[in-house]
Amino acid sequence: MKISRFKWALSAAALAMSASAFAAPPTPAMISNACAGCHGTNGASAGPSMPSLAGHNKESIVTAMKKFKSGERPGTVMGRLAKGYSDADFVAMADFFSKQKFHATSQALDAAKVARGKSLEEESCSRCHMESGKEGKDDSPIMASQWLPYLEIQMNQYLSGHRKMPEKMAEKVKPLSKQDLDALLHFYASVK
Amino acid sequence: MTMERRSFLKLMGAGAGLGAASLMTGCAGLGMEGPTGGRRVVVVGGGYGGTIAAKYIRMMDKSIEVVLVERNDHFVSCPFSNLYIGGLMKDLSPLTINYDKLAANHGIKFVQAEVTGVDAGAKLVRTSRGDIRYDRLVLSPGIDFRTEEIKGYNLATTPDVMPHAWKAGPQTVLLRKQLEAMPAGGTVVMSIPLAPFRCPPGPYERASMIAMYLKQHKPKSKIVVLDANPDIVSKKGLFLKGWKKHYEGIIDYRPAKKVTEIDAAKKTVLIEGLEDVRGDVVNVIPPQRAGAIAVAAGLIGPDKNWCPVNPTTFESTLRKDIHVIGDACVAGAMPKSGYSANSEAKSCATNIVNAMNGRELVDMSGINTCYSYLSAKEAVSVTGVYLVDKAKNAIVAAPGSVAVSPDLSELEAIYAESWLKNILTEMSS
Repeated sequence: MKISRFKWALSAAALAMSASAFAAPPTPAMISNACAGCHGTNGASAGPSMPSLAGHNKESIVTAMKKFKSGERPGTVMGRLAKGYSDADFVAMADFFSKQKFHATSQALDAAKVARGKSLEEESCSRCHMESGKEGKDDSPIMASQWLPYLEIQMNQYLSGHRKMPEKMAEKVKPLSKQDLDALLHFYASVK
Repeated sequence: MTMERRSFLKLMGAGAGLGAASLMTGCAGLGMEGPTGGRRVVVVGGGYGGTIAAKYIRMMDKSIEVVLVERNDHFVSCPFSNLYIGGLMKDLSPLTINYDKLAANHGIKFVQAEVTGVDAGAKLVRTSRGDIRYDRLVLSPGIDFRTEEIKGYNLATTPDVMPHAWKAGPQTVLLRKQLEAMPAGGTVVMSIPLAPFRCPPGPYERASMIAMYLKQHKPKSKIVVLDANPDIVSKKGLFLKGWKKHYEGIIDYRPAKKVTEIDAAKKTVLIEGLEDVRGDVVNVIPPQRAGAIAVAAGLIGPDKNWCPVNPTTFESTLRKDIHVIGDACVAGAMPKSGYSANSEAKSCATNIVNAMNGRELVDMSGINTCYSYLSAKEAVSVTGVYLVDKAKNAIVAAPGSVAVSPDLSELEAIYAESWLKNILTEMSS
């Protein structure tokens, strides 16, 4: 078997791990695993105000991270953490989380609200939040199975003007009542 | 055939025997002192670092045998334990995890035993239940106390009178009980050691939570904070703002007051022989060093307190094949926090797997996010992204990523709760 220069470097590194000179730059997994402290192992969140990232579409993660970094999207820790990463890092994270298995949550939800949300969803949201929120058009995020408290925090930030609503979304949200929106969030939280 | 492949086959042959490892109870020893098959990692310490190292090694390579050794059958989180002391939790159950699911989900062999020593030459961990041979050893032993620096402090008896509550569990419960038993108008004395210590903002959060409790339940009481450091070590502006907003006249913060002696019977602490301060409740947090296991294993560096490690693999620079993660290690710019331990564990695990498979090592990309509560509903945070600086051969902060909250925030308190839920779930499943 051919022993490449690369392999030689490897065994040297494995033997004398006192220097990091041989180490490669962080892989997408290394970068993304660090996020799990808040977003759950492989992006499957167990915390009700934190979104799951597992199975998200790539573009939505990259867009979200860029907007956190620029300050366009309001955040608490995310705006600060995003400054520690490059655009290439965002793509690496997006690549990693998009390949993880979709995380179905089990939440106590109001069945009547879920039903009402289901009746509104197709007309109001499904052009971008496709397949009952399991898919996202372009950079639209995955809504299915996200924790209700997370969805509520985000919707409140949209309604207060704190977070800027995309124009297409604003058009659709305008005619909806608070009850309608609440029902829609319940519906998306229920999708498995 | 490569070396790796031979080791792998050997392990496959040993597979049947390994399956019986769940029967490792009883008195006949662990039967783990013999040859390993070349791919056994022993992880000591089931806290923020150890659980994650054990789990991620198994997630990345099921052919590596992982043994997790921990003295208790459960773990109580230090992060959030100040909220219990302040009366925001009725018991410690939200902070407590066990190892059942973690072990079952990932095929980790959990051994509840006290580690009594490490023989680096023979590659043996000595435990109360027998020796365990390792190919690589990961120590995540947390901290122990430099009680010899406080005259009159007896580790066996003093904490029963003056709880440190800096290792969560019975000590945390004791401190809260003492606060509950204190008469209104009483004085709480708390002492903070010189940095570095576990959880830089922790003492100031504790002062906040105790002050909150006093304000609600013990009118006219106060807390005297004796800080050995010249100033508040972490999130200074935010703590001062919160204290002014909520605890004016309750928190008496005194910088550069190093406790050098105590008198447990009189409930008094002495500051460099010059002044003594008496409290109805006295919370002395002694100065710290790496956990005793790491000290006994000869892993302490020139600072005599902490374990120097390679910033990529967390292998000790003093002993081959022994890795140290969490509060016990010197992780460059990373603070001694639970989240840091989590990130360190992942870099360590990734590179143990890489090294065992003859693959290229990968530098770490780590995160710290550390929340502190100022009141029942407001929290603040400090964040950082951490990388290896090749020239310095050390972990440094990514430029611009280390920053604190702009203000006290109710939303951050909500996020903090989810952080706890996520990180404890990650550690226990």
